[in-house]
Formats: sequence, C-alpha cells, structure tokens
Amino acid sequence: MLEEFKEFYSRVKQTSRLMVGIPDYDNYVAHRKTTHPGLPVMSYEEFFRERQDSRYTRRISGCC
Amino acid sequence: MSSTLPRLGWFALALLGAVALGVVALTRGEPVNAVWLVIAAICTYLIAYRLYGLFIAEKVMSLDPNRQTPAVRYNDGLDYVPTNKYVLFGHHFAAIAGAGPLVGPVLAAQMGYLPGTLWILAGVVFAGAVQDMLVLVISSRRDGRSLGDIIRTEMGPVAGAIALVGVLLIMIIIVAILALVVVNALAGSPWGTFTVFSTVPTALIMGIYGRFIRPGRVGEMSLIGFVLLMAALVYGRTVSLSPDLAPLFTFTGPQLAIIMMAYGFVASVLPVWLLLAPRDYLTTFLKIGTICALAVGIMVVLPDLKMPAVTQFTDGTGPVFSGSLFPFLFITIACGAVSGFHALISSGTTPKMLENETQARFIGFGGMLMESFVAIMAMIAASVIEPGIYFAMNSPAAKIGTDVVSAAAAVSSWGFVITPDMLAQVAKDVGETSILSRTGGAPTLAVGMAHIFSKVIGGTAMMGVWYHFAILFEALFILTTVDAGTRVARFMIQDMVGSVVPAYKATKSWFNNVTGSAAAVACWGYFLYAGVTDPLGGINTLWPLFGISNQMLAGIALIMCSVVLFKMKRGKYAWVSLFPTAWLLICTLTAGYQKVFSDNPAIGFWKHGQKFADALAQGKVLAPAKTLEQMSKIVFNDYVDATLALAFVLVVLAMCFYGVTGIIKARANPKVTVIEVGGEVGHA
Repeated sequence: MLEEFKEFYSRVKQTSRLMVGIPDYDNYVAHRKTTHPGLPVMSYEEFFRERQDSRYTRRISGCC
Repeated sequence: MSSTLPRLGWFALALLGAVALGVVALTRGEPVNAVWLVIAAICTYLIAYRLYGLFIAEKVMSLDPNRQTPAVRYNDGLDYVPTNKYVLFGHHFAAIAGAGPLVGPVLAAQMGYLPGTLWILAGVVFAGAVQDMLVLVISSRRDGRSLGDIIRTEMGPVAGAIALVGVLLIMIIIVAILALVVVNALAGSPWGTFTVFSTVPTALIMGIYGRFIRPGRVGEMSLIGFVLLMAALVYGRTVSLSPDLAPLFTFTGPQLAIIMMAYGFVASVLPVWLLLAPRDYLTTFLKIGTICALAVGIMVVLPDLKMPAVTQFTDGTGPVFSGSLFPFLFITIACGAVSGFHALISSGTTPKMLENETQARFIGFGGMLMESFVAIMAMIAASVIEPGIYFAMNSPAAKIGTDVVSAAAAVSSWGFVITPDMLAQVAKDVGETSILSRTGGAPTLAVGMAHIFSKVIGGTAMMGVWYHFAILFEALFILTTVDAGTRVARFMIQDMVGSVVPAYKATKSWFNNVTGSAAAVACWGYFLYAGVTDPLGGINTLWPLFGISNQMLAGIALIMCSVVLFKMKRGKYAWVSLFPTAWLLICTLTAGYQKVFSDNPAIGFWKHGQKFADALAQGKVLAPAKTLEQMSKIVFNDYVDATLALAFVLVVLAMCFYGVTGIIKARANPKVTVIEVGGEVGHA
C-alpha cells in the first residue's frame, strides 16, 4: 500500500515537472552513466537551466 | 463467454450514450440537467476510443510495438526520453489545453447548447482526435520532425514554405485575439486588473528564487507563486473598493492594449528564467488544477442548463458573432472539436518522448478527447447562467447600449427576459461595476464557473472571489500564450528574414532580439488595437479570422496525413483523413469566402469597408463611428481583415493543389514512396 502510494506520488511529481518541460533528472543521470560512461554529467542545477532555456528557444510551441 | 461480457458492457455503454444524447437533443421547454451532457460526452469518447481509435491504430497506421521510436533511438535524457505513457499524456494535454476550448464554446452558445455540443462531439471523433493521432505517428516515424519539415519532405519545398507562412499568420492572429479576450475582461475592472498585474512581480520573485536562492526547485517556486497569487486575489477586492487605489488599476480598453503590447515586448526580450518560465509554471499548474476542479464542481452541483437547446440565432443574426450556423459554428468552435494548433504539438515535443508507437492512440487520440471534454465543460458553464445575462455580457454596446436599462430592454426583446435589476445584481455579486458587453467569452465563463464553484464553497458571498479567480486563471494562461507566441513569432520572423540576410538568424544578438520582438509585437498589436477600438467589439470581427486560420492549419495537417497515407500505399484507408479534410476545407473556404465577399456588411469585410468608404466620400458619418477619422479607420481595418481572410483562402487552395498532385503522384507510383525512419529495429 505504502509502496504503491510512493510509486503514484513519484509519477505525479514526474508528470507535473514534465508539464513544464523538465524531464526526470535521475533518468538523465542513469542514461549518461550507462551509455556515456566517463563523460561529464550535468549537475541538477545545470540540467534545470539547460532544460529551461531549451523549452523557450524551441521554434514552435503552442497552447490552444 | 469471456468475450460476450465485455461486448455486453460496450453495448450497454452505447445505449446509455444514446439515451443521454436523446435527452440532450430532444428535451424542449424544460431545463436539461448538465449531467446528461457529461454522460453523452463520456460515452461517445469511450466508444470512439475503443473502436475508431483502435481501427486507426491497427488497420490504418499498423502501429508496430517493435518499431523503434525516436525516444529510444536518440535517447539523450533531455529532448528524447522514453516516457511512461501516463506521464507523457499529462505533458501532451498540458501543452494542447489552453484558452481555445474554453472560449470557443462560450461564444457558440449564442445558438443554444445543442449545435455546439454536437459539433464538439462529432468533430473530435472524426477530425480532431484523428488529426492529433495521425500527426503524432507520422512525426514519430520521422525522428519527431516538425509539421513544416514533414510537409516539405513529403509534399515539396513550396508547400512547406506556404505552410510556414500560414503558421506565422496564425501565431499573429491567435496572440491578438487572446490578448483581446484579456483586455475585454480587464477593462474597467480594478479587481481583475490588480490581480493580473500582480502576476508580474510574483513571477519575478519566483524567477529569482528558482535561479539563485533554490535553483531548480519548481515545486517550491510554484507554491510561493500560488500563495502570492491568492493573496493578490483576495486583496484585489480591497483595492477595488478603495477610492484611492481603484483608479490606479482602472483602465480603458485602448490603454490596456498598449500595456499588453509593452508587456509582450518586454517579456520577449527578457531572459526566460526571469518572467516567462516562472509564469509558465504557475499557469500550467493552475490550468490543470482548475480544469479538474471544474469537472468535480459540475459533477457535485449537477446544474441545470438554462440556455435553450437551440436559439433563433442559428440564422446568422446573433449578436456574439455574425454569420449562420453553417459555416460559422464550425469555425467558432475550433479547439475542442479540431484544432490545427495541436498538429504543431503532436509534431513537437511529444513524438520525441513516445516510449512505444502503440501508445500514440492513448496520447494523441485520448489527449484530444480530454481536450474536447474541456470544451464540453465550457459549454456547460456558459449554459448554466441565465440566457439574458449571457446575451447582455456577450453583445457589443452597439447592439444593447451601455446601461442596464437599455441592455435589459434589448436582450428581453430577443426573447431572453431579464430585468435591469438582475443585471445590476450579477455585477454586484461578482464585484464589478458592470458586466455589460464583456465580450470575448472569458468573463462569461468566469460567471459560469463562479456560479458552479460558489454552490460548492462559499455561496453568493464568495461569487466575487470565484469570478476573479476564474478571470485570473484565464488571463494568466492567455498571457503566457502571448509571451510564448511573441517569442515564436519573433523566431519565425528572424528565420524568414534570415534566409535573405543570414546574420539576422543569430538569436543571441541583442539587435536581432529587439527588432525581431518589436516586429512580432507590432504585427499582433495592430490587430489587438484595431479590435479594442472596433465599435462592434473586436471579438465579433476577429474571432472568425482566428477560427478560419486555426481550422485552415488543421486542414493543412490533414492534407499532409492524406498524402502520406497514399504514399504508404494505404489509400483504401485514406478516407479517415480525407473525410475530415473535405469538411474543414468546405467550412474554411465558405467562411473565408463569405468574410471577404458577402453582400451582407455584417459578415463581409469588403462590403462593410465599401459601405463606410462610400459614406466617407460623401462626408457622412455612419454609426457606430463618431468622427470622419474613425470612419477612415474602420475602412482601413476592413480592408486589412479582408486581405487576411483572402490570404487564408489562398493558402488553403494552394495546399489543396499540392495535396491533390501529391496524391496523384503517389497513386501513379506502384511502390511505397513515403520517407520513414526506423521500420525495422536498428535500421536507422
């Protein structure tokens, strides 16, 4: 029950963050470590800034 | 046995939906409960998802669970990330849901709730959801490329360029019309203006907090922002009642229009982390939260619909927008039934995060069904208030005058009985000095939402807070669209100019930034200002242009889908996209043609302009203009609007031509000519 709730909570959190253009950071770190071992990994702060800049310099975004 | 039971269940669901639709459509003379509308909508969605969505997934597109998606192929943890389908659904829905599905149905309610509801339900199943899903799959099979790119590679460079011009025109019109909605909601409303203005310092505080104090803590930032916002909302009442403070936040429409333009320019020039991003966070969470709350509110209150099912205004004489049911209903409700804008999202971020191609049905088709439900809720909110109040709020002053007595008399003469006292009382309940001619849909929706929410929490005493909460919610995400739209238009202008003067493409250049932003603001600012000063109330003039442009883009996207289906040698299923394409083309071309050439000056821009130009030549002043200068302004605006409508028609016709030649070419070639990536695993 508690496990399920934790899982649900983490999904909600992940969804909320992705809604504003911030993907899962842990997933990013895991991805860098497995596929690009030895290469630099952005800190969370760097990751956040990079994502924020990228969201609003995209050529087309919209809302209707 | 194992397959009989689910079948029985689906049959029962279909029956329930049919009964609900029957109640909605056939009851006359007595109020229908909103719950029937909700049931009819949900049954329609479930059945459409189960049957038509599955048909498109399995037969038309043959979605293949083994085909690598761009998210898997290019996984970088940033743009391309295989994402859980529920999480991605949330992302996609947040990106497509906006002001469109909320405002369109409110305007369409002038014809009664039934025509709009039927179009929302039929449109979403056969056009909107189909478009969103097909574009998502097509983009996903092309590395998540954008709509413009896909049109260029599948239909040729000229078609691609025309489509891009179309997209820029839409961006300009959409920003102008949405800004106009906000201006109409805030003009002469110190409470609303104070609350909405205070979102700027709130965003700045959030931006600085999220940049320097606790970098990247989105949750904390948003919580701080939300608390400040609610404080501003409550304090707004004090401001509106204070004789010293209220005048500081009381502006006329033209003043607000200038403020909006200045704001749009500043927001486009400033770094995103300071203003745009934090406001975007607030907007997104408030939007999703309020939409959920509205759904809960409707289900708890179960209000009766007071608007008649069908009004006499289906004949085209309505005060909210001019033009008869066909074609104007079908362009007034764009988002919610079918929205070309979604094609930009479905070929934007979403395809880059699709974990598995088969999930396109849930995200593309399902996401659009959800958006449609938002439109149904907006229709309900507009229909639960007294029809007399609805028409007093949505008719331009030229038709109902400027005081409650003349408005009540005019609206009652249309058959929607209302007394001056009732109009004054509603204004008092929601904490405004007047609710007359608050066109644009947002204030009407806010009254409807306040009506529903106050029955759950607070009663009449809370009406004012709920009304301004709803205004804040709408204004906030509209302003975010204004910011984001200005930036996008700026980038597109830079790209277009940059193809001639390459140095202009550099987005980091300060000079390019300032001039590009100024050009973008000037484009939409012109239409905004023309709309605000339009004596007929700009919504009446501009909303059809917005509707035509948005449906035009949907038509373009669906033409592309049809060409791709023929190139895939799946022509026998192409009716899935050809049928809605044909309908959209018929609607947009008829509407566009009428807006340009109609002999009725209430509909045709050209005729209206001529009428005023003739009077001007004789030195006469026609109402609602008061001076010769206003007369020439009206003539000029009419000709600009006519030119724009004509441009939309020409864009549609050109795309039609490229669509037809593309299909003929594809049929003549016995081979599959589509340009896809990743048909077999590891093929890329």
